[in-house]
Amino acid sequence: MIDLHGYGPRLLEGAGVTLQLAVLSLILALILGLLTASAKMSRNWLLHKVATLYTTVIRGVPDLVLMLLLFFGGQMALNVATDAIYDRFGVDWYINLNAFAAGVLTIGFIFGAYMGETFRGAFMAVEHGQIEAGKAYGMSPWLVFRRIRFPQMMRHALPGISNNWMVLLKTTALVSVIGLSDMVRVAAEASRATHEPFTFLIPVAVVYLLIASVSEWMFARLQKRYNVGFGGH
Amino acid sequence: MTELTWLNELLAGNRIFTPQTIGYYWDGLVLTTQLVFLSLVAGLVLAIPLAIGRSSGRRWISLPIYVYTYVFRGTPLLIQLYIIYYGVVFFDGIQQTFLWPILREAFYPALIAFTLNTAAYTTEIFRGAIKATPRGEIEAARAYGMSQGLMMRRIVLPSAFRRALPAYGNEVIFMLHASAIASVVTLMDITGAARFVYARFYAPFEAFLFAAAIYLCLTFAILYFFRYLEKKLLAHLKPQSGN
Amino acid sequence: MKKLLTVSLLGVALAAGTAQARDYDHVRFGVDVPYEPMEYRTPDGELTGFDIDLGNALCAEMGITCEWIEQEWDGIIPGLLARNYDAIMSSMTINDERRQTLLFSDPYITIPGAWFAPAGSDVEEINEETLAGKSIGVQRGTTFDSYVTDNYGRVANVSRYSTADDMVLDLQAQRLDLVFLEFIVGQATLLDNHSGEFEVVGEMVTEPEEYFGEGFGIAFRPRDEALAQRFNEALATLKEDGTYDEIYQRYFGEE
Repeated sequence: MIDLHGYGPRLLEGAGVTLQLAVLSLILALILGLLTASAKMSRNWLLHKVATLYTTVIRGVPDLVLMLLLFFGGQMALNVATDAIYDRFGVDWYINLNAFAAGVLTIGFIFGAYMGETFRGAFMAVEHGQIEAGKAYGMSPWLVFRRIRFPQMMRHALPGISNNWMVLLKTTALVSVIGLSDMVRVAAEASRATHEPFTFLIPVAVVYLLIASVSEWMFARLQKRYNVGFGGH
Repeated sequence: MTELTWLNELLAGNRIFTPQTIGYYWDGLVLTTQLVFLSLVAGLVLAIPLAIGRSSGRRWISLPIYVYTYVFRGTPLLIQLYIIYYGVVFFDGIQQTFLWPILREAFYPALIAFTLNTAAYTTEIFRGAIKATPRGEIEAARAYGMSQGLMMRRIVLPSAFRRALPAYGNEVIFMLHASAIASVVTLMDITGAARFVYARFYAPFEAFLFAAAIYLCLTFAILYFFRYLEKKLLAHLKPQSGN
Repeated sequence: MKKLLTVSLLGVALAAGTAQARDYDHVRFGVDVPYEPMEYRTPDGELTGFDIDLGNALCAEMGITCEWIEQEWDGIIPGLLARNYDAIMSSMTINDERRQTLLFSDPYITIPGAWFAPAGSDVEEINEETLAGKSIGVQRGTTFDSYVTDNYGRVANVSRYSTADDMVLDLQAQRLDLVFLEFIVGQATLLDNHSGEFEVVGEMVTEPEEYFGEGFGIAFRPRDEALAQRFNEALATLKEDGTYDEIYQRYFGEE
């Protein structure tokens, strides 16, 4: 095997950080994406504008810049707020954004915009007749959503979600720049200390490929499930 | 840049946006543009033959290309950049070769990483477009007695380019955004300038929002450019009548 | 009217701020590691260095406990303001730019900056001509960055690094012609660890004050004046009773 110069456990830990970060961000992004898609399709003028602004701006700015902004700026904004609370009310209360939380929030926030677009497209692809049919059966709007719109929408959204997930996974590497010890950071640190960049960076690249391949397989299975009844697709 | 009096007046009394820092952002804009443009051009040149090879029926040609695109699309660009930036340094004696003056600058390792990355994505975009060539067009070309090469040049590639245009536009924007990591290897691109300004003045909002605004403008410029191209080149695909 | 309201609100706010200053019996220090010999880890992972030993001695003198939290330089000031820790003791130079955001203790040590280059470098003295076209490494956001950028940024290429480690690596790799950093840090990481490979070029730099200030200080949040005062008193005591000299000897030998 490869000699990892004692960095093995830390690399493994870093891989854990990467995975947790990716999965938690994905969950946040999915929630934000659903909210955004609903806001965009809503008849409320303000909600629509806010959602459009969110998806346009986020998708127009590099992930790294947003991450630096939210990580450094977000904390500063929180400080101003908590300092004001302290000054006014003497309550010594504060929120501490650690690098991991900041990473999850930032990546989730960024990919929420992409997911929003994916979901919106998918909701629009659901045939209107199906919804009408549900209503005709006397289903409540929530039941229509749960039984008809959501499952059908997922069928259309899955390829997009899968695609966003692959990009999100790779984006997690950027948290190493804001100081979180994910596997990329540990590998870069180890490469510098030992002067053996390939020993550390290539295995980490392979781990990314592995995660990507496994998730590809999982998405293919999910797709099959949601495609039940649409044999041809 | 620093001699402009109107700019000096505009910035008078501003602690952060001095002519000096504006100059950094400007230099950053130039560097980002260079990096992105050069890597896109080089990536495109690489991607065309690779896409043709990838569409080939011979597995010994298509398989290695597939492995290349799979690896470069499946791993973070940051790792690719690190491998190239740090990797080249530790080849024994590279400092004595003719390559060193090039590899020594952070610009070229970054350019190489970006080029290989965008070439991988572009290859797959073109492959998809080539694969989607209507059979009728190929049959017509064969019926005319065109050779394989001529058919590629005259029929398959031109129509594939058009089909690939929207996806390629996305790739250009993706590359612009991805280029922000150049700042990690000391390059003073737009993001690098922002990080410098942030670190010096502890002003995250000013430093990064300004950078974000520049990227946003660039993104929109690219978006509109590709919309315009699509309109021109894909006009024949639109329905004739109506709006 | 509005102005009056603002002023009085501000007054109330300030009054509340000073009245409510916290009494610390546990202080958390933010520190950027490694920066040998000021702060670094021994091979078995123990945090050590001049700052660490002095900081611990100060806490002992004050009868409080303290804790060290690692933070990269880029985010060290925001981290303090965010109350991730209560003070920064990490070779931070006192200067006016930082005074706008931070409150400093009295300086506890003064250390010059110095230029380091690979042995046999063709740069023998430091001025605009000899540095023309050279690549100079500095740590981003340090006073050294500001000094080099303002004085030689026009003629030389300044490369900025997040950590001192990255910078040293690129100097070894010959990507950089020179680096500019604290003399003692360069001495520990470049001269001692790679004997004969590197050398000091030109004079030590301690001026102008605009950049190099009065030396290193412990940084606090502006409202923690009482805490800074306690540290100043403890520092004075340690200087008197010889503890300071003992720690100084441990890391800087001769003097």
